[in-house]
Amino acid sequence: MNITRTAPNRGYWAFLLPGAIALFLIIVLPFLVNVGVSFTNWNGVSSPVWIGLGNYEKALNDATFWASFKNNLYIIVAMVIIPTIVGLLLAAFLYDYVSSKLGKGLASFFRAGYYLPQILPVAIAGVVWRWIMQPNWGVLNWMLNAVGLESQNWLGDADLAIYSVMAIMVWFQIGYPLVIFMAALQRVDPDLYEAASVDGATWFDKFFYITIHQIRPEIFVVVLTTLIHSLKVFAQIFVLTRGGPGRATIVPSYFAYQNFFEKSSVGYGATIATIMTAIIIILTVIFINVQSGQELKEGY
Amino acid sequence: MIRTRSANLQGNPLRLDRAQVGKVVALVGLTVLLIVMLFPFLIVFINAIKSPAEYANNGPMSLPQGIYVQGLIDFWNRVDFTNKLINSLVISLTVAIFGVALSLFNAFALGIGRVRGRVWFLVFFLMANTLPQESLAYPLYYFAKFFGIYNSQIAVILVFTVIQSAFGTYLLTSVFSAFPREINEAAMIDGCTKLQLLLRIVMPISMPTLSVLFVFFFIWTWNEFFLPMVLLVSTSKQTVPLAIAVLQGQHNMDATTSSASALLGLLPCLVFFVLFQRTLTKGITAGSIK
Repeated sequence: MNITRTAPNRGYWAFLLPGAIALFLIIVLPFLVNVGVSFTNWNGVSSPVWIGLGNYEKALNDATFWASFKNNLYIIVAMVIIPTIVGLLLAAFLYDYVSSKLGKGLASFFRAGYYLPQILPVAIAGVVWRWIMQPNWGVLNWMLNAVGLESQNWLGDADLAIYSVMAIMVWFQIGYPLVIFMAALQRVDPDLYEAASVDGATWFDKFFYITIHQIRPEIFVVVLTTLIHSLKVFAQIFVLTRGGPGRATIVPSYFAYQNFFEKSSVGYGATIATIMTAIIIILTVIFINVQSGQELKEGY
Repeated sequence: MIRTRSANLQGNPLRLDRAQVGKVVALVGLTVLLIVMLFPFLIVFINAIKSPAEYANNGPMSLPQGIYVQGLIDFWNRVDFTNKLINSLVISLTVAIFGVALSLFNAFALGIGRVRGRVWFLVFFLMANTLPQESLAYPLYYFAKFFGIYNSQIAVILVFTVIQSAFGTYLLTSVFSAFPREINEAAMIDGCTKLQLLLRIVMPISMPTLSVLFVFFFIWTWNEFFLPMVLLVSTSKQTVPLAIAVLQGQHNMDATTSSASALLGLLPCLVFFVLFQRTLTKGITAGSIK
């Protein structure tokens, strides 16, 4: 019996081999090399010089490094916090008001419309918005002038740029939590709402105590995945502001890129990338733990 | 039920009116939000088909007086857009095909074969998927130069096949783990080899999931920006989003040319959305772990 149970599993290694080798060569090895490079001083051409934790010390005392992480907090507000809250309210509204009072078709129509920005490559979304926010002939200023307001240099003004970038990201991001939450709401038992209504609960009571509680797993998935995404934001910044003016909109990912390919401080770039990776790995580990905890509960 | 019936019984006409007003307010609110969300698409579209003179005279908000496609054609020829479309198609299609194949092989070993250490392999694949590309970029750039595939689409295809299949492996393995264990034992008893088991039984059953993965890999690869920019330097090799984004930084383009370029960037994605809408809506929840 034992033999028939183990023997069929033998030959499967052959199928994993190409994938495992490819994973090693294209992900694991470059990743380890990058960590190694982060302990060196290297311009990408001459041979790297070992400097231990030198780059990490440099990062701690580097105002631009801190600015990049501070800006990342703004990005988190725009990509994680606002879209999750708005997505929740909008999903609940579309699902239990619009869908029941105005028709299911209308609810899916609005959902599809709000989701549309998500289908764009972020770089193209950036191109579109840079065009709208262009200071001299852009649509946004043109509209402001039309109602008697002054033009703004949306992406070129150091005090304004990060807020403009945030607005664009909210626009881009809303559709994702909305779609996930609307799917999640379908598995909430309508009897719960029924019972709450009988007990005299208001819409907001039901929203806070039933909806949010019931779709907690999806909220968690959305928050954690967008949090990981927000640390990787690059294309939007590259297209919209190149991190400027000054360091007003610099983010870790763009800062790493600058060090790699513009300043030839490859070692320092690798350090920034390694720090980003450490943060993302911590978030991923939390994700795996909670995810497998949920699967156990659901009996997979 | 009880509540609605009692509300109807009261039959207060004022209450009914209030419900009607509520519906109108809701519709107006949702429509305003929809207009805000779709505004960038609309504004790009109406200005891409305007002549520069019209834009200068009437501004960006006026509807075009005719369809002026010369701006689009000029931009298309100037950047050789046909070439960018072919580049994007070749890269995305190849990655989607090889990415699905690699995911299938990996998941077959991990999910059906349940090889030893599969949990650790899965953790590795998931990590590979969430890793920031910045932490791979310089070594990949260096290796690509070393092996002579820098500035070639092969480099981009190799890298994204592996990155996408990391996600595919993770997703497919969980699908395959739910397969009844008897399948492989029965197949073995019937004298089926493992390759036959994969190609004749597992693959046909999982076709729907594989096609969702294919569409996702295609679109994700199409939308990529950072690593293609690092690995492809000459414009003749670049993809659609890359070429349009990089061009925008280099040239001081006028308003209508800019919107023509934005429109050309938007259009393929709108086409994909229409083509794959069903698959996409099915798969968004599945793709949420990416």
